[in-house]
Amino acid sequence: MGVLAHVLEAAGLATVGISLIRGQAETVRAPRMLHCQFPLGRPLGRPNDPAFQHDVLRRAFSLLPRTDVPVLVDHPDVIDDETDAPLACSLPPRFDPELPAALDEVAGLRTAYDRQLQRTGRTLVGRVAGPDGVGDLVARFLRVADGASLDEVGLSGRNAIAAAQDVRAYYEEAALALAEHTPAARRAESWFYTATETGRALRAARDRLEADGVDRNVWYYLTPASQ
Amino acid sequence: MSADAAIRDRLSNLPAPVFDPVAATTAPPLSEARVAIVTTAGLRPAGEIDLWQPGDFSFTVLPGDARDLQLSHFSPNFDRAGFAADLNVVLPADRLAELAADGTIGSVAANHLSFMGAQTDETFSTLRLDTGPAAAKLLRDDGVDVVLLTPV
Repeated sequence: MGVLAHVLEAAGLATVGISLIRGQAETVRAPRMLHCQFPLGRPLGRPNDPAFQHDVLRRAFSLLPRTDVPVLVDHPDVIDDETDAPLACSLPPRFDPELPAALDEVAGLRTAYDRQLQRTGRTLVGRVAGPDGVGDLVARFLRVADGASLDEVGLSGRNAIAAAQDVRAYYEEAALALAEHTPAARRAESWFYTATETGRALRAARDRLEADGVDRNVWYYLTPASQ
Repeated sequence: MSADAAIRDRLSNLPAPVFDPVAATTAPPLSEARVAIVTTAGLRPAGEIDLWQPGDFSFTVLPGDARDLQLSHFSPNFDRAGFAADLNVVLPADRLAELAADGTIGSVAANHLSFMGAQTDETFSTLRLDTGPAAAKLLRDDGVDVVLLTPV
């Protein structure tokens, strides 16, 4: 992002950037940066907190008159991710014992997913499949965890990463509805990968692909490195 | 060590191109400035479903009134639930609209732009010589004075 700041500034645009990794900001020496020690993925700090977001913007825009570049200023607040504190989120009881547990879970969370979609009017599910197809994607990852190749389940290469993102988004959006608040960063992620059947299946699929010698650029990006 | 701390530790010392001298454009008063957001979050308009690929230094035009945006960044290594709950935590388009309405900024650009960050090309030559200047032209043609850059 810092390189882009240099390019835009040289082209006659005044820039101010939000930094999330201070070491990078120090190295790239962009014209004006407000370093925010906020969670990766949340450069404005707090979702659904307009007052806090306006405070970040006010501090960023206050750097615009500065021409003694490069300027790097710290936001006084620190917000940490909470990867180690998975969201406490109740899962639906088994409904259809004939189904694999992960697929039953996907079906059971649909009401919560739909509630969140209705609340926000937007969803991050839909790159490979929409919400109706999430169960099918999970079934494919279950087969991969059991030893099937990605080609055999129709998820070759990068398509598998996109499918994994759809599945994760379905669960995280359902979790937002179940929690009825926006949890601290990475809590929904940790809940998904550690407390749900599908999250465990994705991790098992990743581990199986790694053990089978599949391209690291595929299996490594199926799940967050922290999971 | 938290997940983010581990990533910061790993990425803090990556090399970067040197820009010397550092360019500095004088901004008009904020109350007169037209402001655009340029994010490196890898956002795409709804319906554009392609995942962004490493090494792709192109950019996407995000209509200023679009809110149904896809997070198409290839990396799973950052929180996504915050963006799912409130896109303003990455792309503060509603906040800029409020600042324009109360006169804090002059106006909001017709379009915002997205690139995808987390690139490992040490030269960034495509960005510096091709797509970066093209993005700047698009913004200048819309009368933009000020760019807010946001990462993920």
